[in-house]
Amino acid sequence: MSAQPDLLYSEEEEALRAAVRDLLTDHCDPAGVIARTESETPHDVPLWKTLAGSMGLAGLLIPESLGGQGATHREAAVVLEELGRSVAPVPYLTSAVVATEALLACGADDLLTESASATTVAALAVGLHVAPGATVPHVRLEDGALHGELTGIADAAVADVLLVPADDGGLYAVRAVDATVTPQVSLDLTRPVARVSLDGATGHRLGESGPAVRRALRAGAGLLASEQLGLADWLLTETVRYLKERKQFNRQVGGFQALKHRFARLWLEVAGLRAAARNAADALATGRDTDVAVAVAQAYAARVAVHAAEEALQLHGGIGMTWEHPVHLYLKRAKADSIAYGTPGTHQEALAESVDLRAP
Amino acid sequence: MTDAAELRRLTEELLAAHPPATTDRLDFLRARFDAGLAWVHYPQGLGGLGAPRSLQAVVDAELDAAGAPDNDPRRIGIGLGMAAPTVLQYGTEEQKRRLLRPLWTGEEVWCQLFSEPGAGSDLAALGTRAVRDGEEWVVNGQKVWTSSAHLARWAILIARTDPDLPKHKGITYFVCDMTDPGVEVRPLRQVTGEAEFNEVFLTDVRIPDSMRLGEVGDGWRVAQTTLNNERVAIGGSAIPREGGMIGKIAATWRERPELRTHDLHQRLLGLWVEAEVARLTGVRLRQQLVAGQPGPEGAGMKLNFARLNQEISGLEVELLGEEGLLYDDWTMRRPELVDFTGRDAGYRYLRSKGNSIEGGTSEVLLNIVAERVLGLPAEPRTDKDVAWKDLAR
Repeated sequence: MSAQPDLLYSEEEEALRAAVRDLLTDHCDPAGVIARTESETPHDVPLWKTLAGSMGLAGLLIPESLGGQGATHREAAVVLEELGRSVAPVPYLTSAVVATEALLACGADDLLTESASATTVAALAVGLHVAPGATVPHVRLEDGALHGELTGIADAAVADVLLVPADDGGLYAVRAVDATVTPQVSLDLTRPVARVSLDGATGHRLGESGPAVRRALRAGAGLLASEQLGLADWLLTETVRYLKERKQFNRQVGGFQALKHRFARLWLEVAGLRAAARNAADALATGRDTDVAVAVAQAYAARVAVHAAEEALQLHGGIGMTWEHPVHLYLKRAKADSIAYGTPGTHQEALAESVDLRAP
Repeated sequence: MTDAAELRRLTEELLAAHPPATTDRLDFLRARFDAGLAWVHYPQGLGGLGAPRSLQAVVDAELDAAGAPDNDPRRIGIGLGMAAPTVLQYGTEEQKRRLLRPLWTGEEVWCQLFSEPGAGSDLAALGTRAVRDGEEWVVNGQKVWTSSAHLARWAILIARTDPDLPKHKGITYFVCDMTDPGVEVRPLRQVTGEAEFNEVFLTDVRIPDSMRLGEVGDGWRVAQTTLNNERVAIGGSAIPREGGMIGKIAATWRERPELRTHDLHQRLLGLWVEAEVARLTGVRLRQQLVAGQPGPEGAGMKLNFARLNQEISGLEVELLGEEGLLYDDWTMRRPELVDFTGRDAGYRYLRSKGNSIEGGTSEVLLNIVAERVLGLPAEPRTDKDVAWKDLAR
């Protein structure tokens, strides 16, 4: 039965979940997140410092010899479920998963050590929309200095180091202070993207860009499914809770059969997403069947998370349309996630090759 | 306590005394039952040894390796899966001794007389009447969607014994002799052209009171045992990737490149992903059961299964183009076994329409998920405290 993925949560994983949820319950309430979105610092840096530093979660995927936890994608996935449930504005997926995977691929031990200790936030300077295996925009290397502009870089605003693909095929570490990072007005208020401009910046060549970026984006895509699961799970739970409370026509709104059936279908989709997301996390951890597991999870997850958010908004009625209610944060994140690391269609196309269901 | 080693020893003894190669099939099955190796978790004397259910696999593996005949469990699924657990739980000693052995060996086939034309999703509203006459009950009514009725020696039957009580309270559970002259079985032809099922007309059928299971008026509770075991039986085993309906269309897609269009390709990939996710959901559910943390996902598995079977087989008919205009055979047949993925795409398409109706309609299952899993308010129950005879019909 060695080929069977483990789709459950271990006791340790549940303990990790409980710890992260406790922290987020105390320090990441919806009203606070909404207020922060329009402040000078949309990212919650103090929360990040606690999560990444005090709890050591930035180093989950980093070996113990480099000061990390030496854990696997299964644990990182549980953290992402919880961060998704709170739409927490922290650079966990972009830094502790995607950039970390690129650094691991390059054997960049110094930066990994800095990342593990949470003294450095790294971001991969590849647009959030780029799918694993897709063409990656790059900057020019001229006389040892980097020139060019990259857009749609998630969480670049809080990055200390940018990992930049250049036209010589190398991946370069550039200190953020040597680049110009300009926030772009982003659909997703809790994971904003930015433009990165390099005008003769010096960078340190870490290694080959191609395999590192592909590995990073595949891990990002696979674990994004767990974040999407967290979003969907919170949206379903919260909307069910609200409609048990809300009364119209002298009865609980959640008792109308038309709505019960919509909830039941959504629950079924979320149950499917949980299996698919656990499967992707387990496949990333074991290296078995990883391409298919990630593509299946990403071909499925976006539809469920967006559906959950759209249903939540509709079923909340007028209050769901207000800025004050947090459902819009989830809708914006879910919609942006449906583009992040490749759309469902892109991943479905990848499956056509890997499971031999070829196009006409 | 009987352990695995002891079961292996007993199985070897059985095989030595009744070598499968030279023993009549039925004789072997009877001997296996009498040795307590039929269903080891049943009590001694009733085909079992009071051993843990999980140890059955030990016996089955030994017998399988020795080439011993089995009792063809798919043919007698209703007896094994539904009638037997109910007889075991509610039957008298005499009933258990008389009924369980030929049930298990397959000498006596069982069927289930539950659904009626006027009582489908609302099974408790059933109207088949059983009236007491001395030591017998006289039964009149009509049952429907009865598989194996034309082969069956016995039926498990629920009938109304007190119309003045609310619907759940006036029902009694019986074992009905299908050879009674008042039992008429007619094939019920379905949209596929064949007749898997029957209609059963009951006219002055006489059932001795000794063939009642459980107390008078307690039939609804007894029936829950039957129906809960049906759900356990439906739980099923792990399927591989592309197991079931999706494997059929995927094979056709690979073998017949000339049928491919871009639109069909997108839809096929979408359904492939959904089928794979449904499969993973099943794998996860099974892992939860093994870990002793049964999840509520089971309630939703059949909803997935029904919808995907229908959509995939529908796409397959379309993919086939001109061939999709044809059908293998409309001849009225009486299949003994039903394979949802059997025959051609047209058959699969039509048969799968039943998947969202049989064993609980998808609409009722959605209510169950909403109420039991999500805790949403139950449907209004206007029939709860009304005598059955006063219900709208």
